Amino acid sequence: MQDFSASFGLAFQLVLAADPDLLEIIALSLKVSLSAVAIACLIGLPVGTAIAMGRFRGRTATIILLNALMGLPPVVVGLLIYLLLSNAGPLGWMRLLYTPGAMIIAQAVLITPIVAALSREVVEQLHCEYAEQFRSLSVPRSSAAAALLWDARYSLLTVALAGFGRAVAEVGAVIIVGGNIDHLTRVMTTAIALETSKGDLALALALGIVLITLALSVNAAVMALRLTATRYAYA
Amino acid sequence: MPDGTTVSQGRTWAAPTDESECLGEAVGLVYRSGDRTLIDGIDLQIPRAGRTVVMGANGAGKSLLLRLLHGLLLPSAGHVRWGGRPLDDALRQQQAMVFQRPVLLRRSVAANIRFVLKLRGRADQARVDATLDEVGLAAHAHQPARLLSGGEQQRLALARALATDPQVLFLDEPTASLDPASTAAIETIVNRAHARGTKIMFVTHDLGQARRLADDVIFLHYGQLAEQSPAQRFFDDPVSQAARDYLDGRLVIRKSSK
Ligand SMILES: Nc1ncnc2c1ncn2[C@@H]1O[C@H](COP(=O)(O)OP(=O)(O)OP(=O)(O)O)[C@@H](O)[C@H]1O
Ligand SMILES: [Mg+2]
Repeated sequence: MQDFSASFGLAFQLVLAADPDLLEIIALSLKVSLSAVAIACLIGLPVGTAIAMGRFRGRTATIILLNALMGLPPVVVGLLIYLLLSNAGPLGWMRLLYTPGAMIIAQAVLITPIVAALSREVVEQLHCEYAEQFRSLSVPRSSAAAALLWDARYSLLTVALAGFGRAVAEVGAVIIVGGNIDHLTRVMTTAIALETSKGDLALALALGIVLITLALSVNAAVMALRLTATRYAYA
Repeated sequence: MPDGTTVSQGRTWAAPTDESECLGEAVGLVYRSGDRTLIDGIDLQIPRAGRTVVMGANGAGKSLLLRLLHGLLLPSAGHVRWGGRPLDDALRQQQAMVFQRPVLLRRSVAANIRFVLKLRGRADQARVDATLDEVGLAAHAHQPARLLSGGEQQRLALARALATDPQVLFLDEPTASLDPASTAAIETIVNRAHARGTKIMFVTHDLGQARRLADDVIFLHYGQLAEQSPAQRFFDDPVSQAARDYLDGRLVIRKSSK
């Protein structure tokens, strides 16, 4: 067991030296989580927009459900995706278990409700503002939806960033469906869990530093977007 | 009654003598919300030509009437017709409305104009420029629309409404909080559109403005049509007591609210 401050020193060295193992893990993390965000946006934005603009029976129930799904426990999602993708499962033939693909799916499932629920809120607010003007102009629904998404783009970007933040920091789902295989499915969070249990605190801490830096950068980006949006009165 | 003004059941309206002079009409128009009757049985004929000014105290139902006529709200009873047809999307595309509080897209000034032109399938830059030029906003083309001053926002909202070349233009107190110069600018633009043949429906509380603009006046009182008269007659010798009180600056507060 290394001593605490020594681990910290080593960790910073790893980060500053751009250790190749470290970089590989970071790269995979980013690849998995960014892909998951892309999928979540592809599904979540249209769903959120449709609910925001729609008037249908069970709308309130749908919104409550969607909001509840934002809090899905990652390990449960991991377990369900595992069951789907395992050899005996319905999607076993895809042979995705223990690949980055499985991790992308798990994270996408985890954050799609977040993107859908938050974008529903953002788009609905703007829709309330625009609705009467759009009706006056007889704007077709598709054009109205496109205009809402475009005009809400800054807020929607912060929604996507929130999804990314959740995905990249999550460990429960990816460790179940990815398996934390070295050079294949090891991402920052699973590596931290493993290295900590092995007692290699330096690598764990180095990854922790990167993760926290990433979280800070994401939040800084959100802040910068908000400021830009307000400055140009788009918000 | 002279001047084509008629009175019946205590209510008064101008009955166009010739069917073809009437562009739009409301028949037995009622709008209820909860147990309140906000528009209470309005029969109205809108003359084809000219500028119709809608007046009445706060809460009389002017904005609601415009929304009903423009088809933004569905009446609880009665109906609205334009050119003898009930209002549909195609008809509404020939109308435009400037709201009491302008709703501008969170885009640049030019993009706000481009948006409606694109909807009507004629978004060329020259037209965008010409439209902004007409309302004196060319210099602001690339500014975010929502950073414009109140008066500029109203001019942009008006420009956007006119960009579609509407047959009917509804304006709901477009100059309510503007300075005299901005007010004059708006009136000039409205008059220009009127000269091009656009039917104008204009809500205002400003008596001076009403005198300047009105060809005929609709006066609402607690959701009812108190009077519709030619402008001259309305200002000189209003038929209804409600309009008389309003013009004299007497506040009329009814004890039991409808
Ligand atoms: N969508 C609505 N639902 C319920 N009540 C409404 C609605 N819109 C307006 N009202 C009510 O109807 C009445 C008439 O409103 P309206 O906005 O037409 O008045 P107005 O004549 O335009 O007044 P102002 O001069 O203040 O603009 C008001 O008492 C208002 O509270
Ligand atoms: Mg009003």
